[in-house]
Amino acid sequence: MKLIRIDNLYMAFADKEVLRNINLEIHQEEIFALIGPSGTGKTTFLRILNFLEKPIKGDIEYNGMTKPGILDTRRRMSLLFQTPAIFNKSVFENVAYGLKVRGIEKKIVETKVNEALNIVGLDGMEKQKARTLSGGEAQRMAFARAIVYDPEILLLDEPTANLDPANVTKIEEIIKRIKNERGTTIILATHNIPQVRRIADRVGILLNGELIEVNSKEGIFSSPKDARSKAFINGEMIY
Amino acid sequence: MSSIDFLVQGIIRAFELIFNLNPYIMSITGVSIKVSGTATILATLTAIPLAFAISFLHFRGKQALITMVNTGMGLPPVFVGLFVFLMIVPVGPLGFLNIVYTQEAMILAQYILITPIITGICIAAIKAVPQSIIETVYTLGGTQNDAVIETLKEARFGIITAVLAGFGRALAEVGAILIVGGNIARTGSVGGIGEGLSQTRTLTTAITSETSKGDISTSIALGLILISFVLFVNILANYFQGRD
Repeated sequence: MKLIRIDNLYMAFADKEVLRNINLEIHQEEIFALIGPSGTGKTTFLRILNFLEKPIKGDIEYNGMTKPGILDTRRRMSLLFQTPAIFNKSVFENVAYGLKVRGIEKKIVETKVNEALNIVGLDGMEKQKARTLSGGEAQRMAFARAIVYDPEILLLDEPTANLDPANVTKIEEIIKRIKNERGTTIILATHNIPQVRRIADRVGILLNGELIEVNSKEGIFSSPKDARSKAFINGEMIY
Repeated sequence: MSSIDFLVQGIIRAFELIFNLNPYIMSITGVSIKVSGTATILATLTAIPLAFAISFLHFRGKQALITMVNTGMGLPPVFVGLFVFLMIVPVGPLGFLNIVYTQEAMILAQYILITPIITGICIAAIKAVPQSIIETVYTLGGTQNDAVIETLKEARFGIITAVLAGFGRALAEVGAILIVGGNIARTGSVGGIGEGLSQTRTLTTAITSETSKGDISTSIALGLILISFVLFVNILANYFQGRD
């Protein structure tokens, strides 16, 4: 069942085209990987989905709603940046932030934060100053902050780009767990092909702002429809 | 008497005046703190919302407002003094307030002088908050009010520095308050020195009048108090800049 439908999306900054003619459907409870070289428009695409950028042209439908309310829709999703911004607060207060702005009761906040910290393996670090965490811990804390209010859609922008292999494995396990246990729909922007093989259900290849192919994971790796997809996946594309 | 003896005697007498809590010196210090403190509080109450409005909102005349703030940061105090004086004299547009040569007039002049300074430094402190912090507030479901509150928290040390800079400037200011306040002390000698108790006489304006009268020890005592305050404010400002 489709959760998001994107029609004819077009975006440019000044004279530079960033995304053009994007047509895509995102299904419920899937991990959709958006892959492509750096600077190809993946981050802009996620920012548009999260209303941080307004596209020049195109329609986005969330749950069948053609003109969704920004705050209501945004509150049903979460965007995790490649380098998370950390508030100058404790780990607990950082993770609790999304619940606090929703006016959730204190007791429930405590339970939810502890649960989220447990999922990312940061139990017992609630009181620590968040800005003293290591890179991997900070990314996991940001992950806990993003999932603490059970978003329907999780937008991940290169969530493991700057992490060591052990933390990459942990983050990937968390992504799979969130999808399986909570039924969260995940859109993952990455250029990490092995990661796509490990966790994605469907894949879209974005090249120079154009979505050149959307396929199942198996399809994209065994029989890509577009020659450029094959070249990118096999690492033969120079960019 | 050599010039060194003259200076040493002046300093010794100055310390006596300070440690004996001389009423004239204390009243001047009190007026300085009251006037500069009130002006700083009022300027802060204006400057912080103004800085946030300029940083977060898009409105007509925003660029003109920024230019006014930037110009205001370098306003010559004597010009502000003259401007306020012309506004509040009985025939001026604010003459009905009847505040010429009062502390209220001095507060008004200092308010005009330091509001742009506090606003300008606050804007810089707000701009220093990474855009990613504000965007994270939005991505986590926060509203624009939440973004403002979070920015205020992130920029708090910069904002405190701005307020302290404004207070320091107000405390050290002399030209404007001399014109609108008149440097008045109640007549009658208290403790054998000075002219009684301060009405609109501050540390800075008193230094000018006492020096011109040749009362060097009183000037040094006032100068020591003034420099201690300014030093204390700067130490605080440096501390908060360090925390930032």
